[in-house]
Amino acid sequence: MSFAASKPRSWRFAAEGVLPGFAPAFGYTLLYLSLIVLLPLSVLVWRASGLGFVGLYKIATEPRVAAGLWTSFSISFAAAAVDAVFGFLAAWVLTRYRFPGRGLLDAAIDLPFALPTAVAGISLAALYGPNGFFGEPLLQLFGIKVAFTRLGILVALIFVGLPFIVRTVQPVILEFEPELEEAAATLGASRARVFWTVILPPLAPALLTGVALAFARAVGEYGSVIFIAGNIAYVSEIAPLLIVVKLEQYDYAGATGIATIMLAISFAALLAINLIQAWSRKRLGDV
Amino acid sequence: MFSMADPTAIAPQRDAAPDGREPPRRKAVRGETTFFALSDVRNERPVTRLALIGATIVFLSLFLLSPFVVVFVEAFSKGFGVFVESLAEPDALAAIKLTLLVAAISVPANLVFGLAAAWSISKFSFAGKSLLITLIDLPFSVSPVVAGLVYVLLFGAQGLLGPWLAAQDVQIVFAVPGIVLATIFVTFPFVARELIPLMQDQGTVEEEAALTLGASGLRTFFTVTLPNVKWALLYGVLLCNARAMGEFGAVSVVSGHIRGLTNTMPLQVEILYNEYNSVAAFALAALLASLALVTLGLKTLLEWRHGDALKRRHGH
Repeated sequence: MSFAASKPRSWRFAAEGVLPGFAPAFGYTLLYLSLIVLLPLSVLVWRASGLGFVGLYKIATEPRVAAGLWTSFSISFAAAAVDAVFGFLAAWVLTRYRFPGRGLLDAAIDLPFALPTAVAGISLAALYGPNGFFGEPLLQLFGIKVAFTRLGILVALIFVGLPFIVRTVQPVILEFEPELEEAAATLGASRARVFWTVILPPLAPALLTGVALAFARAVGEYGSVIFIAGNIAYVSEIAPLLIVVKLEQYDYAGATGIATIMLAISFAALLAINLIQAWSRKRLGDV
Repeated sequence: MFSMADPTAIAPQRDAAPDGREPPRRKAVRGETTFFALSDVRNERPVTRLALIGATIVFLSLFLLSPFVVVFVEAFSKGFGVFVESLAEPDALAAIKLTLLVAAISVPANLVFGLAAAWSISKFSFAGKSLLITLIDLPFSVSPVVAGLVYVLLFGAQGLLGPWLAAQDVQIVFAVPGIVLATIFVTFPFVARELIPLMQDQGTVEEEAALTLGASGLRTFFTVTLPNVKWALLYGVLLCNARAMGEFGAVSVVSGHIRGLTNTMPLQVEILYNEYNSVAAFALAALLASLALVTLGLKTLLEWRHGDALKRRHGH
């Protein structure tokens, strides 16, 4: 690199620009991002705009599609709620207490990320099926059918969403100022009161973020659900499965419509997460 | 900064005590005139503590560990011989080969992209940087099925480029290129999002020093930048590879399910399971579950041994 060539660059980018290689690295980044992600996604948006709002509304209100969307959203929400309770419990116990096997359990939290969804799907179906380790006693003793019902979808989505809550809440519990709890206790607050008034409020943004992440993942989840769900139309069909069904019927407009609605919901969740983050930064400083 | 991503990458363990020690707790000073030791007020009563630990272990065992254990129980339910035979089936072998091929293309592709993106984002300042970071994370917030669908809409027979591709006699969807593209899409952010925050933290001082001492740009990159991020890079590659080999939804949409040709391991698992060939399905599933186990083990090891090198915010 000659001096003459490097001089205008260092002038242009001031303090940041003395390193070489910006143009090729940045150009490649933009090109690769556009080809792999932006171009294909914009084709979806372009196709959806061809349908128009009326077309989208028609697709969304088709009885089978409406049932699928409702199943996906309601059960995803329920699963995120269950995960919020037990994920918080797990995060608390794994961060605050020391007991044998803690490290192993902590590492196992990431299992739903690491285990391929199809594997989780068939093993959940086997586990909760009529002859499964859990399915058989649940059916014989309590008359509860899990596999091939909405309950099965719930179980699968609880599995998929759990690490999102634990991994978002854990660092906040760890960074907690011990003085706050100690001050509250010395002032005479009971442990339960300390929990509700001192511990929980600063954890709320992280918990809400975790819930939004778990919900967003659950809405789009496919592999771990379809085996245990049984996929009965109007009962246990999820929205991503309906996209596949529409594609198999060569109904590209229908598939595009459902995908667009799901994409919109994902972005709404993303926006909600960013708002929660902004709100918590404003209220509590950087969390 | 959160996004709709896999929070494996948020990795609180790296923000936590990296050596797995107890979080620092204030000790009561001897002779301090307190009614009780201060460190005790932050603990629940022993009974409550036991109950909470018990509830966590029961919940995690039922919902998290049992689906994992069952894979191996089912795979070996007819004995080790049948397990090996199921894996030696030509279709199973073809699926294993295809999965390895897809990972061998998509992981390096995203690795090179991750390095390029991290270099330009972390070492230079330009307008629209946070938008670019958001766009890189975008694939994590798209349902895998939608990820597959967009490629069908682009390259499929009725897609935008479909007629043109047919005229050139090039098949992308329902063939290996489509599977590779869909896999690259769903694993797109893994390497980049590990590198970007870390390299932003590290700044440009060391690279500037190397350049001042006369090293070329490439030499600076390979002898200064790369060694500084090697553990984070490995971490990202590990997660990227696990997802690439295990992806189901996106690949399922673009593959066309042609036996021995376009079935990856997860797709072959689905076919075998739907044919009530449970042992063979779980044999392949056990192979994938072992991959998950190795990934988790290496990930935990990396966090434990090199937590400092992975850390992004509290490293200094």
